[in-house]
Amino acid sequence: MSRTTFFEVKVLDAKTKEQLCFLDKVEPCSTIADIKSLFHKSYPHWYPARQALKLYPKEKSLRDDEILQNLPVGTSATMYFRDLGPQLGWTMVFLAECIGPLLTYLLFYFRVPYIYSHIYAFTSSPHPVVKLACACHTFHYMKRLIETIFVHRFSHGTMPLRTIVRNCAYYWGFSAWLAYYINHPLYTPPSYGELQVNYALVIFVMCELGNFSIHLTLNNLRGDGSRSRKFPMPNKNPFTWLFLFVSCPNYTYEVGAWVSFSIMTQCLPVALYTLLGFIQMTIWAKGKHRAYSREFKDYPSLRMAIIPLIL
Amino acid sequence: MASSEEDGTVEEKENNNKKRTKSALATAWLTFYNIAMTAGWLVLAMAMIRFYIQKGTHKGLYRSIARTLKFFQTFALVEVGHCAIGIVRTSVIVTGVQVCSRIFMVWFITNSIRQVQSEESVILFLVVWTMTEITRYSYYTFNLLHHLPYFIKWARYNLFIVLYPLGVVGELMTIYAALPFVRRSGMYSMRLPNVYNVSFDYYYCLIIVMLSYIPLFPQLYFHMLRQRRRVLHGEVIVEKDD
Repeated sequence: MSRTTFFEVKVLDAKTKEQLCFLDKVEPCSTIADIKSLFHKSYPHWYPARQALKLYPKEKSLRDDEILQNLPVGTSATMYFRDLGPQLGWTMVFLAECIGPLLTYLLFYFRVPYIYSHIYAFTSSPHPVVKLACACHTFHYMKRLIETIFVHRFSHGTMPLRTIVRNCAYYWGFSAWLAYYINHPLYTPPSYGELQVNYALVIFVMCELGNFSIHLTLNNLRGDGSRSRKFPMPNKNPFTWLFLFVSCPNYTYEVGAWVSFSIMTQCLPVALYTLLGFIQMTIWAKGKHRAYSREFKDYPSLRMAIIPLIL
Repeated sequence: MASSEEDGTVEEKENNNKKRTKSALATAWLTFYNIAMTAGWLVLAMAMIRFYIQKGTHKGLYRSIARTLKFFQTFALVEVGHCAIGIVRTSVIVTGVQVCSRIFMVWFITNSIRQVQSEESVILFLVVWTMTEITRYSYYTFNLLHHLPYFIKWARYNLFIVLYPLGVVGELMTIYAALPFVRRSGMYSMRLPNVYNVSFDYYYCLIIVMLSYIPLFPQLYFHMLRQRRRVLHGEVIVEKDD
């Protein structure tokens, strides 16, 4: 008969230092996640995703998979708790960010009353490019929704509510602003006419297909169950050959799709949105590229972060 | 072997010298800059006082100092550069926002809209700006020379309590006075249809600018109050960590 020494865990508030919870008879092999569930029982409104537990008030939070007995504490552990605020899972975040632009654009496309002058309510634009632009925009966000639900596998769980509100305001606001101009009764079609629209459409479709292929490829990286970490490589799909030149071709294709959409609609707000998106995605791509280069010694040196040979 | 050792230490000394000369250069430049700006705003103050004494009215005062004001206020853009390259330890964004709001007032309101130049609110914010800037730049100058008289420190961290809200009132009243002229002239605006499929209405832009004072002003004001408590009373402020 083995006697396991149980641990005691005292949870204090990181700011006020008052004791919030005392857990005794904790298994030594429990993880931080288990402790968070136990804490959640005493404080039902602080679900595990919004708890941050640390060994010292100013330190970084402990990861959920850390095991209690491996931590530098005796059998009686003191932890400090911080409330991270309401959290939302990544799937919900992406859904919220995509549904908005999808629906707001359609409101403008169908010229719902009170947006434009009342004589234009529920009319449609005579320009074929406007219909095409609506189709492309809707396709883009539908594709994103489907990928969020069926393709993407998100690693760590959640995002704070305030960030989500800010992101949604940005996406929803911008799509409303650009939809306003594209579907406006006084919209001016592109200067080079059908030629400009068709070329832009072809590039848009190719970029969307490319972006989708990359997402599938990245998904399969994790899918085969092997524990070894590897970086993405080009495969038989021609769209993935961009991996030879770039670490994050999904961002490259995304920028390409938006550039072609700006050319298709010849609308300055769309170009501005593309520019801001490009800046943000470059920051993300550079971070990813640096992480890859640091982790893998044999990482191909030809690859740049987001634009082949340049950036 | 001996020579390579010598080379090593000579290189080190050169590097140290470079660092020392760089920060000496930076200090020299900053001192010169702050003295120049103090002098510039003093000149502005003198010109304003002299005009008022001679003419007895504020009408036409703006026209007489406009060029000097534009020069010195625009030159303040280099302060953003100072923060960016690190010789001044302030956030680029905070400095950027402050300088941009000043540039906006000078170039896009009073310079472009002639009719508001005779408003009293313009004199109000000019007086406030002059007092604030003279105090601020002389504070920096004395700080760099390591000879800070207490009254300058007192002035810098106390006058703002009254001057800051007064300045905001002056600026807001000026923008408000400018609105009808902007609407009538349609300046800086672009209407549909046009080949870029975009429109911009300067009138509504100004209204948004006025509204943005509501969230921004309290944040900056309380930031200054916290600074004041820290500098004058040595209080340790517990910052809210996000």
